[in-house]
Amino acid sequence: MAPGPLPGGVRVTAPILTQTPLGRRHVMRRRIAAAVAEALLRMAAMVGIAALVLLLTVVTRDGFHRLSWDFITSFPSRFPEQAGIRAALLGSIWVMALTTVIAVPLGIGAAIYLEEFAPRNWLTRIIETNINNLAGVPSIVYGLLGLALFVRAMELGRSILAGALTLALVVLPIIIVSGREGLRTVPPSIREAAMALGATRWQTVRHQVLPAALAPMMTGIILALSRAIGETAPLITIGALLFVPFDPRGPLDSFTVLPIQIFNWVSRPQPAFHEAAAAGIIVLLTVLLSMNAIAIAIRYWSERRRQW
Amino acid sequence: MVSQDTPRPSNPIQVPVHHITTGPQQPSAEEPIVEVEGLNAWYGHFHTLKDINLRIPRRRITAIIGPSGCGKSTFIRCLNRMHELVPGARVEGKVLFEGQDIYDPQVDPVEVRTRIGMVFQKPNPFPKSVFENVAFGLRIHGYRGNLREAVERSLKAAALWDEVKDKLHQNALRLSGGQQQRLCIARTIAIEPEVILMDEPCSALDPIATLKIEDLMRELTQRYTIVIVTHNMQQAARVSDYTAVMMMDEDRGGRIVEFGPTREVFTNPKDPRTEAYITGRIG
Repeated sequence: MAPGPLPGGVRVTAPILTQTPLGRRHVMRRRIAAAVAEALLRMAAMVGIAALVLLLTVVTRDGFHRLSWDFITSFPSRFPEQAGIRAALLGSIWVMALTTVIAVPLGIGAAIYLEEFAPRNWLTRIIETNINNLAGVPSIVYGLLGLALFVRAMELGRSILAGALTLALVVLPIIIVSGREGLRTVPPSIREAAMALGATRWQTVRHQVLPAALAPMMTGIILALSRAIGETAPLITIGALLFVPFDPRGPLDSFTVLPIQIFNWVSRPQPAFHEAAAAGIIVLLTVLLSMNAIAIAIRYWSERRRQW
Repeated sequence: MVSQDTPRPSNPIQVPVHHITTGPQQPSAEEPIVEVEGLNAWYGHFHTLKDINLRIPRRRITAIIGPSGCGKSTFIRCLNRMHELVPGARVEGKVLFEGQDIYDPQVDPVEVRTRIGMVFQKPNPFPKSVFENVAFGLRIHGYRGNLREAVERSLKAAALWDEVKDKLHQNALRLSGGQQQRLCIARTIAIEPEVILMDEPCSALDPIATLKIEDLMRELTQRYTIVIVTHNMQQAARVSDYTAVMMMDEDRGGRIVEFGPTREVFTNPKDPRTEAYITGRIG
């Protein structure tokens, strides 16, 4: 056998190992194991990519011809050819705007407190553990909470505000966790430098730590919000409408959102509605992928700038 | 408040140097600015500093030398209350600054750190412009004067102005290591502290950058008291007026075993451990 690189970076010269039959068999076995492992790992990676490609292909094939300005600006209709996503898109925008306004300051505030101010004791540890647990709670459970708390107890009804508050609860733990991760990317030496200049803890955070942590925190926020925009279950639970033939005009109006509108169309028997659903999915995916692209761009941009 | 006891000198920084003409005397003969009395420090259950007593003379350079891990850095971090920022860290004893105990419950640690500044081992400029690095300290203390002039004055005092005057708005992280460290010194003197603590300020720098910092330290004694921790005995011998030698016990607690004028400590050490350390047998 010719000498050459072996799997795992081992390099042997021919005479030493391959002289004995044992050595040759051993080398062969290791080569085969490495090749099999690599093939399996590559397949695992391909499954994910294939799923995405398949999804995009099917959706595009079914829905692309339904995409038009009319589709975006029309209300839903019982005639599938005239149905559009206007109300759902506006509803999604309203809900997302309110969710952002509610969840981002709360989440970032909590992250800053836990990371920069809180003493390291048992109480903080309990809070931390619970936030991590909350991030894993199924969103429909938040829907039930929202229904009991916002819709009924606070009498907000099936409003945009109730939906936004519920979604804020869903994404709050994610924002807190990713916010803390962002703050941890700032080296402690920056905090020490500011404190040693006589800055208070707040001045240190406000003027040095936050600006340096902003980009990674933004990435986390956008990813959390892109989860919220696709959430359906909690909003159906609190009673977002399936059919909304009007523009939502304020936080207390009833509403629907894109994923609910899509769900509605998919559940109709007529194939033409399924095409509308596919077109709606394209719109939703476009919004989602753009949000992710912004997050990636921010991460790329900040990593290039940061040099410590 | 500490600041009402002693008004700060208001004259601008004088650049020309005249080395101290009177040679260092016994530390007890000099007027101290900081007096450490019975200082003990802990990290959790680890008793890291044991019964430290030291009088740090005003407008002199005091070097703290000793083997790795003997508590030199911990000690100077106790002098401006940076030690307590580490979770689990604790301090007992007194550190009198201008006669006022900085560990008195009435004293605000933020005020202490304003008057006793610190330069760290690894240059740690803020990831902002050169200008903003120096202006930050002034801004947070509500400086009302001309910010540009104050920044320029501080950069000149840190012997950095000529090198950065054309790149004030460039990111400080693009400066060389030595320039970054002088920027950290400029940032510290911008808020006009009375004492500057330096924790191995040259350990990350090349010999030429080190020499620049040492020259700068000599100039700064015109106005400031400097306490420098160093691993480098030649540096202590070159730059300092007084030297304190720290050693650790069997249980790794640090003590000061010798303190005196640098020349005496190096040529005629009184403690056998000092002699063993400076001749290279410990450390």
